[in-house]
Amino acid sequence: MILHTSKIKKTFGGLVAVSDLDFTVRECQIKAIIGPNGAGKTTVFNLISGILPPTGGEIQFQGKSITRLKSYRISSLGISRTFQNVQLFSNMSVIENVMIGRHPRTSSGIMSSILSLPKKRKEEKEVRKRAMEYLEFVGLGDRFDESPENLPFGKQRLLEIARAMATEPRLLLLDEPASGLNTKETQNLSRLITEIRGRGITILLVEHDMELVMGISDEIMVLNSGQKIAEGLPREIQENDEVIKAYLGED
Amino acid sequence: MDKKDSLTLLILTVCLVIFPFIVTNTYYISTMVFVGINGIIAIGLSLLMGYAGQISIGHAAFFGLGAYTSAVLTAKLGFHPWGAFFLGILLSSCIALIIGIPSLKLKGHYLAMATLGFGEITYIVFNELTDITGGPSGIGDIPKISLAGYTMNTDIKYYFFVWAFLLLILTFSLNLIHSRIGRALRSIHDSEVAANAMGINTGKLKIQVFMISAVFGSVAGSLYTHYVTFVSPSSFGLFFSILLVMMVVIGGMHSVWGALIGAALLTILPEFLRALKDFEIFVYGSVLLLIMIFLPRGLIGGLEYLFNRLIKKV
Repeated sequence: MILHTSKIKKTFGGLVAVSDLDFTVRECQIKAIIGPNGAGKTTVFNLISGILPPTGGEIQFQGKSITRLKSYRISSLGISRTFQNVQLFSNMSVIENVMIGRHPRTSSGIMSSILSLPKKRKEEKEVRKRAMEYLEFVGLGDRFDESPENLPFGKQRLLEIARAMATEPRLLLLDEPASGLNTKETQNLSRLITEIRGRGITILLVEHDMELVMGISDEIMVLNSGQKIAEGLPREIQENDEVIKAYLGED
Repeated sequence: MDKKDSLTLLILTVCLVIFPFIVTNTYYISTMVFVGINGIIAIGLSLLMGYAGQISIGHAAFFGLGAYTSAVLTAKLGFHPWGAFFLGILLSSCIALIIGIPSLKLKGHYLAMATLGFGEITYIVFNELTDITGGPSGIGDIPKISLAGYTMNTDIKYYFFVWAFLLLILTFSLNLIHSRIGRALRSIHDSEVAANAMGINTGKLKIQVFMISAVFGSVAGSLYTHYVTFVSPSSFGLFFSILLVMMVVIGGMHSVWGALIGAALLTILPEFLRALKDFEIFVYGSVLLLIMIFLPRGLIGGLEYLFNRLIKKV
């Protein structure tokens, strides 16, 4: 098991966004978190990636607690993510966005940067080369020099994935990767996600597109009002009464 | 540093070398020395403002710390000018660290408030610590600085001395911008959350840049002291801090070249406007206002725009 949470909790004032949530992600799994809007899915991502500190509970990554770590530390340890509302660096080129992803895997500091030492120049070349590989992996190799704002939305999502991949994560968190994509783009995405898993990277995703989720997930967890209401294989989830109730309401 | 920067740097160096052979009037040479001194501080400040997205309204204080460290240690205690120079750098960077840790770990413009306060405190200290700083009447008879056997005792020598420093600092800054660290800095400006998620310790980086800008301020201060050979508190007040921010904004915040252009304009313009006597302030203010209205990306932004138009036409 690569990620394990025990009784994690997040409250915003009186609002309970996530309450006493236990779940486990196994190595090399594609696991999906689904649930109605406001169920706390993105909050769970923000807790795992350290963007928000949990109100209580513990998160373990590869057997070590990451509960109180800052997000830049968590990223260095091997958890990377994309954002629901794409967060690219708009004043940089496409390739520079991916080069940023190499930050935690490189070491040139202030001094070697200022003096432009040979070590720094060698590292820069290497960073550019690796960034290009990740761009080609997601199919953006020919647009490396453009501004990310010129890319269509679907490609911006792919760029975020390339950037996250560049940090060499063990666990990749994808926050609604298919939202805003057309059918063809979604099909490409599902192939890409499977390929990423093929590289030995564990994937946890939040997604509303049921076709995608049911097609690629090994396991699905359903959240409602910050609580887990079901967990299991895609087929089991589709037949679960609780889940159907949460999505369609009771009569 | 990319090819465009290297080329610009080369052209600038050639122009600077030729300048004193064409313009022999020492008054102009002396003005250029001040452009160099202000340029060094403005470059540091533009790294902080344009790249780390933070404002310092107390940079005159770091300038003053460098100036007073050099003045007190050399004129009163007989230190070697270069010893004092490096002690000034050490002092400024330590103080920047102390101010930076609490104010830069937080998101938002806390640094602006902290530096505003720090600038005022420093100004008061310069005025009131009469035994050490000489109070409002300042310190005089500061020895000249020398390098490799040359004493910098004429305007023309000092001109080359200061601009050599500036070119060095400019090169360092351009290297920094086009590096892993520079990239990380620019990412903070766009999305601090995403930068953090990519493993960038944004708090630490902002503190480091603030320290660099403080060091540049201190370097300029020491250079100022050994040129003017007299320091008094009035040169290091709030007005000068604001003027420095103006240089960066007017020149164009997104580029260190902009800071240099801004420093040149705001140092030279008042000298030319002096002939207008009573209308000086009026024209000065109007020029600044017009630049801000018509060139929101600063002078460098305007130049880039013209340059691109020209290329398209050709």
